[in-house]
Amino acid sequence: MTTRRQFLVIAAGALAAPARAQLPPNVAQLRKAAFDQAIRDVVGAAPVRSGKVKLDMPPLVDNGNAVPVTITVESPMTATDHVRAIHLFTEKNPQPRVIGATLGPRAGRAILTTRARIADTGQVIAIAQMSDGSFYSDRVEVVVTLSACLEEGLI
Amino acid sequence: MARVVVSVPPSAKKGEVIEIRTLASHPMETGFRHTTTGELIPRDIITTLVCTYNGAEIFRAALHPAVSANPLVTFNTVATESGTLEFKWTGDNGYSVTASAPISVV
Repeated sequence: MTTRRQFLVIAAGALAAPARAQLPPNVAQLRKAAFDQAIRDVVGAAPVRSGKVKLDMPPLVDNGNAVPVTITVESPMTATDHVRAIHLFTEKNPQPRVIGATLGPRAGRAILTTRARIADTGQVIAIAQMSDGSFYSDRVEVVVTLSACLEEGLI
Repeated sequence: MARVVVSVPPSAKKGEVIEIRTLASHPMETGFRHTTTGELIPRDIITTLVCTYNGAEIFRAALHPAVSANPLVTFNTVATESGTLEFKWTGDNGYSVTASAPISVV
């Protein structure tokens, strides 16, 4: 229950900073650029192929604040052929990177599980770097009903 | 504050792949939220998690604000020898917590 006093405080805050809740007009472009840049920062100029990686997460997300994500990479995990790193990106977050894990042949199986915040309906991408330097990815389209961090507007 | 939980099987066969689960109690404040009066809440997150097995690093993760509050990270490793797994979380505002778990390999 919002009291009159709380309402006045919130209203004053909203009046004091009216611009913050508004998104820039080119927000879609900014997001896309940030997303592409984040991936480029990780893979450089190398091509990213699909396959080998399996990104497992619910296609319909009730609560974007804690979305269970499991990334499994097919690899024998030997000294000569293993997964060096696993990265996770989301398309619509203010900062696209979620987690970057470094592993090696001692992992035995290249499986990473965590929980992510996802701001809005869009793509989620997992990218794995193999020991020979090649990159493989998997992407999943998710629908988010309750967003993480949306109260502030995205970006 | 600063409570962490790790789950490591107490014993394993040599060469067996074991699952390690880690959970840290932390708000993972993104730095994008505001209070009701419009002040920005500063970022306060865990940035790295490192796991060592008898001193050798086997896993490292870089966490970003998009990891949920109370970050759960699960990964695997091969049980090679008896000893200790050590975990270290570090983050903003000098956050640093360690935990360890023994494992006996037969």
